[in-house]
Amino acid sequence: MAADVNPLPVTESHQTNGDSPVDPEEWLHMYRQMFRIRAFEEEVNGLYTRAQMPGLAHLYIGEEAVAVGVCEALTKQDYITSTHRGHGHCLAKGAEPDRMFAELLGREAGYCRGKGGSMHIADQDGGNLGANAIVGAGTGIATGAAFSAKWRNSGQVAVTFFGEGALGQGLVYEVMNMASLWKLPVVYVCENNLYNEYTHYSQTTAGELRGRPAAFGIPVEEVNGQDVREVHTTARRLIEHARSGKGPAFLICNTYRYHGHHVGDINRAYYRSKEEEQMWSTQRDPLKMLASWLTDQHLADAGIFEQIETDARAEMKAAVDFAVKAPYPNASEVTDHVYA
Amino acid sequence: MSTLKEAIAQGKPMRELTMAQAVREALAEEMRRDPTVFVMGEDVAEAGTPFKVLLGLVDEFGTSRVIDTPISEPGFAAIGVGAAMTGMRPVIDIMFGDFLTLTMDQMVNQAAKARYMSGGKFSVPIVFRTTMGATRRSAAQHSQSLHVWPSHVPGLKVVMPCTPYDAKGLLKTAIRDNNPVVYFEDKMNFTTKGMVPDEEYTIPFGVADIKRAGTDITLVATSSMVYVALGAADKLKELGISAEVIDPRTTFPLDKQTMIDSAKKTSRAIVIDEGYERYGVTAELASIIADGAFYYLDAPVKRMGAMDVPIPFSPALEDLTVPTAETVFQMAKMLCGRA
Repeated sequence: MAADVNPLPVTESHQTNGDSPVDPEEWLHMYRQMFRIRAFEEEVNGLYTRAQMPGLAHLYIGEEAVAVGVCEALTKQDYITSTHRGHGHCLAKGAEPDRMFAELLGREAGYCRGKGGSMHIADQDGGNLGANAIVGAGTGIATGAAFSAKWRNSGQVAVTFFGEGALGQGLVYEVMNMASLWKLPVVYVCENNLYNEYTHYSQTTAGELRGRPAAFGIPVEEVNGQDVREVHTTARRLIEHARSGKGPAFLICNTYRYHGHHVGDINRAYYRSKEEEQMWSTQRDPLKMLASWLTDQHLADAGIFEQIETDARAEMKAAVDFAVKAPYPNASEVTDHVYA
Repeated sequence: MSTLKEAIAQGKPMRELTMAQAVREALAEEMRRDPTVFVMGEDVAEAGTPFKVLLGLVDEFGTSRVIDTPISEPGFAAIGVGAAMTGMRPVIDIMFGDFLTLTMDQMVNQAAKARYMSGGKFSVPIVFRTTMGATRRSAAQHSQSLHVWPSHVPGLKVVMPCTPYDAKGLLKTAIRDNNPVVYFEDKMNFTTKGMVPDEEYTIPFGVADIKRAGTDITLVATSSMVYVALGAADKLKELGISAEVIDPRTTFPLDKQTMIDSAKKTSRAIVIDEGYERYGVTAELASIIADGAFYYLDAPVKRMGAMDVPIPFSPALEDLTVPTAETVFQMAKMLCGRA
């Protein structure tokens, strides 16, 4: 039933092919970025499995093309807000994995001195206003950042990533209304990975998803979120729309999380089938899709992909080593940073 | 010059303003001083809010800085938080304190925690300006005094002035503070008049004001309850009882020492606050006094808050729910062994 609902038409053709002004080297760079996210998340899963990580984490594996395709269309000064499933956004916006792992392990060297952890990681210097453990809350902060950018005439754009589960939150509609009224430079990126935690989105979402931003007069685009080229070219267009003063835009990325809602969600048969999971990871994997296109275009070969994989895994291993050895914050830090 | 008494002692030139005028003046001065300050909320521009507190502000600063919003408290509070995290100083107008319930995520989970969760990277210099206070015949959803809610949350500061002098100086400090501040005005005090210096001044947070000096009993009172306590003090004087009235002005940061020192001196204390008595501001303040002045006290510290009921509409019932000069007078008399 619900778990078999599949809203995504399989896109075998790549409409962006040939139309794209993107330099081939950039696609390869995006492949590298996506692989780094996957390698990062696999290390996170390992740390959890070996009981080396406090708490839980929500893995982004399977959705890498969304964060990379969108963030590659942003400048360092642009803002993002992220979600509880936020490691991919953080890396894609330019954070370093060693300090990210340190944060996930609660170490002082972490981006938030160990006080935020996986669900609240933020990187102010990189324009990441933070992951957020309140579903939908990042849409409000990003809309506020866009308000600020417009008021300061800074030329910055704010992108807010959120899952389709956030569409149940009233805040999302309140801020879209104001963003549209005031033509704020914000792009709402809905990562539809089909599941609000353990519930298929068709059981929680009435009407047409696209109709919701459309009701506020916000232009909507829907893309195959597994195809980084489609995500990126569309994101570039929408971000340019926002930056040029035309107001907000809404991007629906149809995607899938290969793992559970969090690392501890192992037995998933009650809400989705193994066959469904396998279909996505074998037929719609963002890395495989881009690799196959790059190969077809003679822009890369197996040797290059292997090298990227080797480098990314080595980078993440070194980052984990750094974090595991990094000291915890001093006890005196517990009362620091409550007030400015 | 952190109190009106000091300003008077220094011979500062003054004029009389209402509290609403003092609030408006503070906003205008800060908006002139700092272009990142803006006001956002429902009917704040041409309407100047239903209480007319902001009347005329839009004429000077325009609709780009005095911004009317849709009726979306969570939405514009969230926009305020995001703007504050990225270089602005929003003053978010929450028309009735009862509507704070709608903004709790933005205030409690976002604004209050952004600095701590980021290890000190983000600051959220935002002011939530809102109201409190019953006896306006507005019933249960427009009459609550919910200042204890933000007072409970680390990361927030809470201000509750009751005079034009305090309202102006504390609002200017709130706007300049790099933390989220929740600023409560009692609706019954908008027309309260008082002296305000001509020259610019600010009032530091965490400094109580002794609104009336006395020797026999300490009345710690917040916001409009200060006037209730002063009324009780007048009646007590007729009995020869000298009451000291202390206004903490901010519940966080809180000036504990002034309350404790007063209770040590008088040996008796009552805490009066318009929030619900149950788990309320009175409980926190009374426990601080009991702890800090224990060996000096001749009587238990008493608490007087709003009755633990939703505020009723009928005047005959509503007036029963909040402390009055008479009920405070009776309690003080009893504590002093004169009942």
